[in-house]
Amino acid sequence: MNKPLKTITAAASRREVLVVGATLAGSSLLVGCSLPEVLSAGSKVEPGAFGPFLKFAKDGTVTVVSKHIEFGQGNHAGLAAIAAEELDADWTTVKVEQAPANAKLYGNRLMGGTQGTGGSSAVSNSWMQLRTAGAAARAMFVSAAAAKWGVPAGEITVLNGVLSHASGKQAGFGELIDEAAKVAPPAEPKLKDPKTFTLIGQDRVRRKDSQAKSNGTAKYTQDVQLPDMLIAMVAHPPKFGATVKSFDATEAKKVPGVTDVFKIPSGVAVVANSTYAAKLGRDALKVEWDDAKAEKRGSAQILAEFKDYASGKKAAPEKVKWGGFDSKGPAAQAAAGANALEVAYDFPYLAHATMEPMNCVAMVGKGPPKLIFGSQTPTLDQMNTARVALALPGSVEIETLFAGGSFGRRSNFQSDYVVECVQIAKKVGKGRPVKLVWTREDDQRAGYFRPLTHHAVRVTTDKDGFPATWRHRIVTQSILKGAPPGAPGGKGVDFTAVEGVMGSPYLKATPVVDAQLLTPDVGVPVLWWRSVGATHTAYVMEHTIDQLAKRAAKDPVEYRRALYTKAGANRHLAVLNLAAEKAGWSTPAPAGWTRGVAVHESFGSVVAQVAEVKVENGVPKVGRVVTAIDCGTAISPNQIAAQMEGGTCYGLSAALFGNVTLTGGVVDQANFDTYRVLRNSEAPTVETYIVPSTNKPSGVGEPGTPVIGPAVANALLAITGQPTLSQPFVKA
Amino acid sequence: MATTVDVNGRPVNVNSPPETPLLWVLRDELGLTGTKYGCGVAQCGACTVLVDGNAMRSCQLPVSAIGAAKITTIEGLGGAHPLQEAWVKLDVPQCGYCQSGQIMSAVALLNATPKPDDAAISAAMDGNICRCGAYQRIRAAIKEAAAAPAQAAPAAPAATPATPSV
Ligand code: FES
Ligand code: FES
Repeated sequence: MNKPLKTITAAASRREVLVVGATLAGSSLLVGCSLPEVLSAGSKVEPGAFGPFLKFAKDGTVTVVSKHIEFGQGNHAGLAAIAAEELDADWTTVKVEQAPANAKLYGNRLMGGTQGTGGSSAVSNSWMQLRTAGAAARAMFVSAAAAKWGVPAGEITVLNGVLSHASGKQAGFGELIDEAAKVAPPAEPKLKDPKTFTLIGQDRVRRKDSQAKSNGTAKYTQDVQLPDMLIAMVAHPPKFGATVKSFDATEAKKVPGVTDVFKIPSGVAVVANSTYAAKLGRDALKVEWDDAKAEKRGSAQILAEFKDYASGKKAAPEKVKWGGFDSKGPAAQAAAGANALEVAYDFPYLAHATMEPMNCVAMVGKGPPKLIFGSQTPTLDQMNTARVALALPGSVEIETLFAGGSFGRRSNFQSDYVVECVQIAKKVGKGRPVKLVWTREDDQRAGYFRPLTHHAVRVTTDKDGFPATWRHRIVTQSILKGAPPGAPGGKGVDFTAVEGVMGSPYLKATPVVDAQLLTPDVGVPVLWWRSVGATHTAYVMEHTIDQLAKRAAKDPVEYRRALYTKAGANRHLAVLNLAAEKAGWSTPAPAGWTRGVAVHESFGSVVAQVAEVKVENGVPKVGRVVTAIDCGTAISPNQIAAQMEGGTCYGLSAALFGNVTLTGGVVDQANFDTYRVLRNSEAPTVETYIVPSTNKPSGVGEPGTPVIGPAVANALLAITGQPTLSQPFVKA
Repeated sequence: MATTVDVNGRPVNVNSPPETPLLWVLRDELGLTGTKYGCGVAQCGACTVLVDGNAMRSCQLPVSAIGAAKITTIEGLGGAHPLQEAWVKLDVPQCGYCQSGQIMSAVALLNATPKPDDAAISAAMDGNICRCGAYQRIRAAIKEAAAAPAQAAPAAPAATPATPSV
């Protein structure tokens, strides 16, 4: 999820996060919140807890509580390292624990205080919060030791979780918990000078979950097994917006293990005592659907309509208006200038296709509703659950587990699969646990796709071949349309559809710009998909730039340098130069390979890639990919590299193969045999270089995704002389 | 109708109907949830287990077809298998959901081909999808484990696989 809920709250005062009362409860102490705040928010005060984010145990281990879900991004390691750095904790024994749902304690400061993970914001919104929490706790331990040993606090050092004094006195955090808990937290704990960091930025900041994820013990929603638990599967209508007309459960109920079959708003639920029985039961179900309100168009028809809107052949639909952004100068000039490059691009719907299909465990009807699953945005999931279970949102308990990927899918305004599970659990009642399991086919066909998108671009150039006028039309569905009333971003131009064109240094460097967005209504649910708007805007901007460079007979790297210089885009320039240097741009590519370059800023970070490409049997093969990133302060270089590797694969998979089509409103792809994704031998070798920076950390999980598509297209442009104007490159 | 299946070196009784895919027997009946469901149609490899040392997709294997064959799941590797150690050393997993299947495919590969080249790795591993894109590290970890000292990569013949019991 991107900035939609952003507005806030950089102002969230230090006090709120910090300090406030040192409150003693048993042997525990709270740094970071007052006791009343914690209690009113429903949290238990556990022994050893120093506020919402830190827990100390007698054996010396420090546990950092993560308010962000871990679904692959490696944020748990980064968050723990931030606190451990200020604490001077022993990194090897630091543990990470997932926070419960509690927006008051664990809200995302870049999402208006909503508790949620998205927009590649986990580290950036936690940066000051966890540094402060770590520094405060460290100061309290130092004070406690000073008092106990009768020495000045200033003479005490902390190293790897051990406090020591020149007199020879030594104690670990674990030995001082009781004393430290009695110290009043400092109002303004002193943070380290980043120059003295000993952990942040080191290779030893590694994942804490690799072991559990290599021996089968890491727990996902799919793995939840509770006494008396039922498994549910749901027959969904083949077309979006269709409803159940009637159903015949006779055969389904004959399947041994099936306990109930009933209608819910999203389809017909089959409940059973095992996954396989639920599946057989659902297969045996006969349902007649009412298509009256369903979306019946195919994707080809939708795209054709989008193209007609963009070209002006068709007027905007009623009540939908074109909205301008970044425009300047006379629009007529952008429409009319001679000798223009005119190109249009098509992007299909894309499924997130997370490795773990959507699923959820819910208990409703006995005490407060409880959910156990990989909740990406607990606050939204609480609100949507509360509406169905008739409870107060704050009373909905959520235990967040690892998720087998999300890429945006597990965060949506409707909490679609969560609500479905709650509906079933409510019907089952008595607090009996129900695990909703979606098959791959359910997941693939459930929508919430990256929107199908069309861009039409017209650029005229000056005497040196640089853009003089830029006309840009984007037609896509609005992701933010489903946002609850009052959420920022719901009005005006949906920035998730234009980010990346909007704010582009190339437009900054162009004197006349006429850029407009149209978001017609389509009955196919859409959602953010790793890197959101950049999934298409980066491609359009970067591939257009190479076509312009080619027309101007200029080297694509030189051409970009000139534009970045003109736009004052220094970070773009720095990553471009670093990637070009490491890739050996000025020297010939290895025999048989051709290089392509692309650069894009998203989520506060700028990424440049140089990809070496060749065409084998008509299919682009990507070999070495040199990546340079400026993501501010680098917490974990190893995991930044991992995200560049993974993000590149995710983006390349989409560019080469990703394609969800609909025929008569029905999704054509059902499983990985028809929804092709990147496989091991098709993955490039990604080298990652990080631009040194002392700026605050910015995004890492998403910025690696959108750059590879245009880098490959630009290499193909160099190989074939032809632009690639639609994705995927490889047609089925 | 109960049958007996050898899982991770132990005979276990199974009561699921005979046509039930081994995947659901392992997960729902035996509580061995390390083996994952990803596609159900032998396309993704998340459900990979060893059957007499060979990598098989348990989502497509009816439990009745197993007979006397020995099943090894991720739990049966014991946690300190050279491939598991390489996985941890290189921080291969991201979301981790595919990784049990990846590791089991890699075990079968090294059992058959202790020093695999890139083509052999591709052939053995292309059936295992990783949506997080950890492919580069998967490849590196297999090479790392293959380069480990001799006892590290048990080169048992397919008929008598290394199936440490849990
Ligand atoms: S679940 Fe068996 S191969 Fe995908
Ligand atoms: S690590 Fe997430 S699918 Fe492989």
